Amino acid sequence: MQTFLDQVWIARWPLWDGFLLTIEIAISAIVLGTVVGCICGIQLLFGPAISRLLFRLYVDVMRGTPVLVLILAAFYIPSVVGISLNATQAGILALSLFAGAHIGELLRGALQAIPPGQAEAARSIGLTFPQTLTYVLLPQALRSALPPWINTGVELIKGSSLLSIIGVGELLLKTQEVIGRTFMTIEFYIFAGLLYLAANISLDQLGKMIERRVQGR
Amino acid sequence: MGYTLQFGAIWASFDKLMSGLAIGLGLAIAAVAIGTCFGLLAAFASVGLSRIGRMIVTCYVMVIRNLPLLVLVLLVYFALPQAGIRLDKYESFIGALALYSGAYLTEVFRAGLTAVPKGVVEAARAIGLTRIQTNVFVTAPIMLRNALPSLGNTFIGMFKDSSIAAAIAIPELTFQARKINVDTFRVVETWIVASGLYIAACFAIASLLRRLERRFPKF
Repeated sequence: MQTFLDQVWIARWPLWDGFLLTIEIAISAIVLGTVVGCICGIQLLFGPAISRLLFRLYVDVMRGTPVLVLILAAFYIPSVVGISLNATQAGILALSLFAGAHIGELLRGALQAIPPGQAEAARSIGLTFPQTLTYVLLPQALRSALPPWINTGVELIKGSSLLSIIGVGELLLKTQEVIGRTFMTIEFYIFAGLLYLAANISLDQLGKMIERRVQGR
Repeated sequence: MGYTLQFGAIWASFDKLMSGLAIGLGLAIAAVAIGTCFGLLAAFASVGLSRIGRMIVTCYVMVIRNLPLLVLVLLVYFALPQAGIRLDKYESFIGALALYSGAYLTEVFRAGLTAVPKGVVEAARAIGLTRIQTNVFVTAPIMLRNALPSLGNTFIGMFKDSSIAAAIAIPELTFQARKINVDTFRVVETWIVASGLYIAACFAIASLLRRLERRFPKF
């Protein structure tokens, strides 16, 4: 045990860098994914037929394909079509597209769950469609979409571990490097697992806190 | 730019992709079958009387749901031998995926259990069935029917997660696709075909499950 703690101390900076990169990747992916998801969710419900079809196709493709396949595709494909992305950017691209589809679908569900009377009332007092959306529908939909949105964040932190396969130096890859040097396999994998657990559980708690604040009003 | 699609090289090794798909399905079926046992046990324990049982189940679900599957897989495959437990890659992957799916299935079955109408259970007790008989003949069938749609979704999720087996060199679909990608450099085609196969398989499973759901009317 003492030697394990020594090894953790020796490896503290690589592990810390990996942990930070994991968090950075997850945050970038959730931000980009939310932007894509908002557009996607609104288009799925209110868009013209052609964009509804295209976004439905996008959502189904993203949800039917494993994240690892998305990551590998985002890693290999851009370079042959003349876009150069490094491994981290490719990983963030894949995770954002994945998150965008999930958030789009859950936002669509949340928007659809609002009683139609709300939109009708908004129209009848003379709000335009964008006004109806920003002042009536979205505030309600975003509130009910909050718990699954936090869940998507947890999925993204978990999914970011797959980026170690394409060589992004996030927590899992750093852990593997440390294991390659120390041969303390069990200890360091459990250590990495605990870090993931801590990050995800605190995100979960944060979500519950925001939920209580939002619902309290 | 100037990339032209040529699927010839992919069709030449299409049988490899198909065998990879079969391995992925096999892994998912085995893991979900074992995971169902875990999930059933844990779900009954979580509504049971023993406080320690409930606490263990809560911890199990919380830990597994917040842990990346890849970490679990690597832990089982690379770390358990250090503790003297040697499993080959198929066994260890199925074990890891079973543990992982078990946590999700616990939630699924627990939701199914709480949706069993109280009156039915009371009626079973009233006609003199023992506690175990009530659970086996009355609660469990209704619960399984309630849980069928989410069970199906979990299975599809686990089938998609079987792609992670590529990380420990199990030759399933993602592994084969990556190999073809590197061998032929038909990058775009490879990933289009691989993701198309996954999507087709997911849709096939989903429609099969919907037929199963129609066969057994909801209670």
